[in-house]
Amino acid sequence: MLPYSQLKQGQDTYAMTSLHPHVQNVLGCIVLLLIIATIVTTVLSKLKGTDKYRELVLRVQTWWILVGVFTVAMMAPTKVAVGFFGFVSFLALKEYFSMIPTRRADRRVIFWAYLSIPLQYYWVADAWYGLFIIFIPVYMFLFIPMRVILIGDTKGYLQAIGTIHWGLMTTVFCISHLAYLLVLPESVNPNGGGVGLVLCVTFLSQFNDVAQYFWGKLFGKHKVVPTVSPNKTYQGLIGGVLTTVTTAYFLGPYLTPLDSYYSAIGGLIIGLFGFIGDVTISALKRDVGLKDSSQLLPGHGGILDRVDSLYFTVPLFFHYLYYLKY
Amino acid sequence: MARPLQLLFFALIIRPIVLIIIGLNVRRHQELPQKGPAIIVANHNSHLDTVVLMTLLPLKCLKKIRPVAAADYFLKNKLLAWFSREIMRIIPLTRTANGATIEERLAGVFEALNHDDILILFPEGSRGEPEKLTKFKSGVAYIAEKYPNVPVYPVYLHGLGKSLPKGEAILVPFFCDVMIGEKLFWNGSASAFMDKLEVTMTDLASSGGFPSWT
Repeated sequence: MLPYSQLKQGQDTYAMTSLHPHVQNVLGCIVLLLIIATIVTTVLSKLKGTDKYRELVLRVQTWWILVGVFTVAMMAPTKVAVGFFGFVSFLALKEYFSMIPTRRADRRVIFWAYLSIPLQYYWVADAWYGLFIIFIPVYMFLFIPMRVILIGDTKGYLQAIGTIHWGLMTTVFCISHLAYLLVLPESVNPNGGGVGLVLCVTFLSQFNDVAQYFWGKLFGKHKVVPTVSPNKTYQGLIGGVLTTVTTAYFLGPYLTPLDSYYSAIGGLIIGLFGFIGDVTISALKRDVGLKDSSQLLPGHGGILDRVDSLYFTVPLFFHYLYYLKY
Repeated sequence: MARPLQLLFFALIIRPIVLIIIGLNVRRHQELPQKGPAIIVANHNSHLDTVVLMTLLPLKCLKKIRPVAAADYFLKNKLLAWFSREIMRIIPLTRTANGATIEERLAGVFEALNHDDILILFPEGSRGEPEKLTKFKSGVAYIAEKYPNVPVYPVYLHGLGKSLPKGEAILVPFFCDVMIGEKLFWNGSASAFMDKLEVTMTDLASSGGFPSWT
């Protein structure tokens, strides 16, 4: 292990690095939250019968694993951590392609779509911003229809190119912004480096999900989008957003180069658009008639169910931050 | 000598491919047998079918699992024959009678069941068109009649025909859904047994609500 001060040299040696003290402290708080959640869910399921709280208990157990995997990935050298997010993109894209109706003719196109993941994350690892930002929105956008045309099946053509590219945009392009936070110049953010930025946006997005769930459970009454997600209420949304804004007000200056005021606006963006990301994936699942995108994460569903809010919040937070500070 | 090689091959190559690159959604996993004798009957769309079914059981069961596979295909050259016999540990089955009685052709199967092995059978006989269920051949009924106490586990696989269909060399990852049905036993007549098996299989297939793949 290398101390944080030597992190920059450590990147070249592929040694594990120790985390920035601010990051360590925030991770410590997250572990504390998980301990509380574990105690509460265990007690509740003991008191009120296991069945009702089974999913909640499972969900907390899975959170432990997710936080553990995340921590190890963030301690890895930057290029390995970038690869980790590439793997997350792969799992999410695979869930997406398995959910949506595809044609036999598109098999080879889908193969190329998968190949865009190593390329996109190579641009990230190389901190090649120009190509990172246009590769999927421009080059893959043009390449997919070209490849479909060469196969020559025109029935369902528009649906094929539309759905394949939408999957790439959400699971690869949007999620890769998370990895790009790691390669932004460290000197701009002495408060936590790239990992601090990733932790800030990931924690706020996931905490926002949980906060909206709790406010909704406690006070939920008026539904926001009953046809898409009947459990989402205005009370949950507003309570969650206010919680996230407040948390961001304190957390932002500790982990990112933003001051409290700009952090709170960042929290507002994450709170509102985390909700939008969540219901967008709900709409997708409703369209194809599934409840969960897979069974990979017990109590949560699949990877897509877990990163649903991130695909809106990460690029929006990234460009907000990038515009202000980089 | 081939036993540790088989274990390494499944632990280091097959399991990572099946569990990470492809990914399984298994329904009612606990229904599967942990020890033989037992017969697992599945639909067949891809070369991946056998390795996925072999991955469903714990590694310690590996030595008991015997896929029944076409002799004309899997023994067609020396290298493939070695791989099929030693690593996959297939029981070769001749698909054309050529004067042999059914008893003679199934001798290897009976021997394996006598050793309490877990058989994997694909009664469709061939991978066929991807993601399409075809008529089952009745050899499985013949085995069930001879071994009325051996349970038959119907398993429906969805998605592997998309990942690696017949005639394609490149694996394209799609999740594989594995639907495990309730075990069946010999019920008195070959036609009744085959009917029951086919109904169970089509029910499993439709319970997933999978869209057709064309």
